[in-house]
This record gives sequence, C-alpha cells and structure tokens, in this order.
Amino acid sequence: MHNDNVIVVNNLVKKFGNFVANDHLSFTVSRGEIFGFLGANGAGKTTAMRILCGLLSPTSGEAYVNGYDVYTQSEAIKKTIGYMSQKFSLYDDLTTEENIRFYATIYGMNKKQIAEKTEFLLHEFGMLAVKDQLVGSIPLRWKQKIAFLIANFHHPSVVFLDEPTGGVDPITRRQFWELIHQAAATGTTVFVTTHYMDEAEYCDRVSIMSEGKIVALDTPDELKKKYHVSTIGEVFFKIARNAS
Amino acid sequence: MFSVTQLSKSYNGTPAIENLSFVVNPNEILGFIGPDGSGKTTLFRILATLLLPDSGEVKYMNMDMVNDYKRIRPHLGYMPGRFSLYPDLSVKENLNFFATIYGTTIADSYSFIEDIYLQIAPFRTRPAGKLSGGMKQKLALCCALVHQPQVLILDEPTTGVDAVSRQEFWVLLNKLQQQGVTILISTPYMDEASLCDRVIHMQKGKILSTDTPTGLIAQFPEKLYAAFGENPYTLKNVLVSMPECKTAYLSGRKVHFTLRDENNAETITQKLAHMGIEARIEKIVPGIEDCFIHYMQPD
Repeated sequence: MHNDNVIVVNNLVKKFGNFVANDHLSFTVSRGEIFGFLGANGAGKTTAMRILCGLLSPTSGEAYVNGYDVYTQSEAIKKTIGYMSQKFSLYDDLTTEENIRFYATIYGMNKKQIAEKTEFLLHEFGMLAVKDQLVGSIPLRWKQKIAFLIANFHHPSVVFLDEPTGGVDPITRRQFWELIHQAAATGTTVFVTTHYMDEAEYCDRVSIMSEGKIVALDTPDELKKKYHVSTIGEVFFKIARNAS
Repeated sequence: MFSVTQLSKSYNGTPAIENLSFVVNPNEILGFIGPDGSGKTTLFRILATLLLPDSGEVKYMNMDMVNDYKRIRPHLGYMPGRFSLYPDLSVKENLNFFATIYGTTIADSYSFIEDIYLQIAPFRTRPAGKLSGGMKQKLALCCALVHQPQVLILDEPTTGVDAVSRQEFWVLLNKLQQQGVTILISTPYMDEASLCDRVIHMQKGKILSTDTPTGLIAQFPEKLYAAFGENPYTLKNVLVSMPECKTAYLSGRKVHFTLRDENNAETITQKLAHMGIEARIEKIVPGIEDCFIHYMQPD
C-alpha cells in the first residue's frame, strides 16, 4: 500500500499574506482509497485541494500527485486528475452531451472515443433522457451526477470532489456514494470533502482539519476509539471545541 | 399564523406546488423536507410575498397574502437559499442597508439581534463576499432579523455549512423562538428536521405527511434492523441481493434494512454466517432519515 501512494504531501504550507491557510500538512493517499477530507468552513480544505489539483502553488513544503510535483508539473497533474467543484462548473446553456464533449475535448480525447463513452455512460447512469437537455433546466441531483461523470470521463487516477452532495436529500446522497464506491472499486482514488458526518463514515480514512492544520487522521473506527465516541460527528465536535 | 388553502403554482405548465393546505402555528419551528424540486422554494417565495400563486389562498393573521402584502411584509424576515447579500459591501454596510429599507436602525433593533450580532461583529468591516460559509449564513440571518419580524422564513440556511456552525445556528434559532418568533425552515439535514416542532415532508409539489418528529417516527410502518459488520458497503450489497430483504441502505458504519417477513431476522444472521460474513443484527428505532427514505417515492 505504501509504495502505491497517489498523493504524497509533506510539510505543505500555504500563506495568503500573513494568514496561514495550510500549516505544515503531511499525509499520503493510496490507490483506490476513499479519503475523506473534513474540517469546518474556513479550515483550509479548499486551499489544500486547489494545490493538489495544480491550481495554486504552495508557499513551502512538498506535494506530489501521481508522482508529479505541484510546483513544476502542474500541467501534468491536471491531465491525470478529475475535479468536481462545489459549484459543479457545468455550462447551463449547453446540453448534457455538449458539456461532456466540451470537457472531454479539453482532456484531449478524440471524437469517436467521446461519442462512444458518452452513450455508454449515460446509459449506465440512467441519464439518456437528459442527453439533449440544457443543463440549466435539469434538477440539481442530476447535475451532480453529470458533474461526477465528467470529472471521471477521461479515467483519471484520482478524482477530487469538493462537497459533491451539498444540499441534496438522503436518497440522492446514497445514490451518489454508490458512484463513489464503484469508482474506488475500479482503482480510482477518491478525495472527498463533506459536511455530512454519516458520509465521513463511508470513507476508508478521514482527516480532520482545524485552523489550517490536520489534527486527526485515521480510519473512522480508529478515530472513534481514540476519542472514545461512537460517531465521526462526535469526533468532529470534540476537535472543533478544542480549537475554539 | 399562516393558513394556507389549496395553494397551487405552475411554471410554463409544469406544476411546482399543487393544492397545498396547511397551517403554521404561532411560535412554532416548522420544518420542510423533501428532495430538490419538491416545491419548497416556490412555497417559501409565495409565503414571503415575492411570488403570486396561480390559485388558492394564504392568510397571514387574517390578512390576505396577495392584497395586503405591503402590510404583511414588515412582519416577515426571509433568507433565500442563494446567498443574496452584497458581496462588495461590508458586514456593517449590509446590515445598515437592510435596516434602512425597513425604516429602522441597528441601534433600534439591537436587543433583538444582539446574540447573532455579537458573533459577526468582529468582522464588521470585512466585505460580505470574503466571509467564511458559516459567517455568511449568520450575517444573512442577521439581515433577515434587523427589522424584528414575527416570522422567519429560512430556505436551506445551513446547506454547505459545517456541523459545528450548524449547531451554533440552531442555538440561535431556539433563542429566537423563545423571543416569540415563528420559524419556517427547509433543510436537507435530517438531524435538523428532528429539532423542529413539526415537519412537513414534500415531494413533487405535494405534502406527503405533516407531523411532529416523534409522531413521524411512531408511524414508521415496519420493523427496522441495523447490521454491524467489518465492511458496511459489502454488507449492504449482500443484504440488497437477499430476497428476504425489502430495503437495505447504508447509515454511517451500519446498514439499515427492513424485511419482507419480519420473522426472518434470524434467517438473515444465519445466511450471512454461512457466507462467512460476520455481522451483528439489532432491531432499532428509526430516525427521521429512515422515514424520509421509506416515504419517498422513486422517480
């Protein structure tokens, strides 16, 4: 497991002026792992995620994704990862199929590949009905699936999901996690943030950030043992109270 | 407080809400749950006097929602689902702006908003767009309260907010209730639904049920079991594939399931053992989330 780390982070620091958003983060994520990246609003999760996606350069420390250095090889990183942002970043005035084609083309896939895979995946996801609909007119729960499909379309080795289930109902959230489990089973590494504490329990390992630092990192069961509680939600509360 | 009768609204022929009837009791916290697209936001916009219904009636303390909207508005505080403050104005400027619109001042309302104001006061000079998620929500709540409304209408105020900030938010809501405010709130978090006095469960523009959280749970028509095992995801998939199981789904590290024949619980344990899967099975009391999953009809 240790020699198959998709993400390696060592003493990573990111400052904005005097503000330390990421304070000496160190962790690794292995292939096919579902890694839950938790923390309160403003704890520094999005900053760390943007660094790992090659969108932001660190102030100091090391970070490698798929063996590529975030300082010097950010373009290579972008080609091998998928990213689903909080706001989904789909084009409302394009259809589902056009959105897929747009992103897949950016990732350098050819027309034939794109067309075949689009048909296959929309069928698989049960979404053929919305293929030619404008994304702006589709309900949120379908948009989330489309955004996930696009993030995974070029078969990235790691996919970053930033609060992918924000604001959706209990059934839709479970359907979405089914997709996450399936992706992980095929070897895709899933790096995910969430504010739903039950979802944290679905992760292989969970890290909890507070004020720019990682203050806890382990499997859900080990974290609960360590903090003498029965849910990750309670671990989260204990950590947050210590911070304030 | 509100009395809603046969309320309907469609957009281009597609019904958003259909023949809704319910009442809002004075000083209660009334929660609205339901999937995205179930009509919660449309209903809230009508109750906030921002949208006209196609048919039906809403009375607010014997005033008509459509004809008397100008008299009703000062009574209502509305927090829309989308962050709607001015990102380029500071915290203080946003508050002053909303206070002025309602012909009041922060000073006049201070005793009413003090609890929440003190939490955002350290950031008063910061532009609203630069606040963290939890702080944005608190500022939006403060802006909705600055004219001392009797009713608060909150459309998913805690979506995207972390667990600790959500808890703080609910402490504030409970204090407002003690001050006499009636609160209507929609939420995707089922733990929050259980904190409401009553919950309305909506789907496809209609009301599926209206009850207290305990009433809702008491009405759960089946026996619910939980299975605890080493790998919950595998366990869930095995249970889903068993003909004896009616439903099975993950709930944290547990799998919740119901049976076609309630005498079969023992069979499940044996079958699992036979497959080499070690699992402990317990009968459990359902939560609001289990009720939601049970009553929600598939698309």
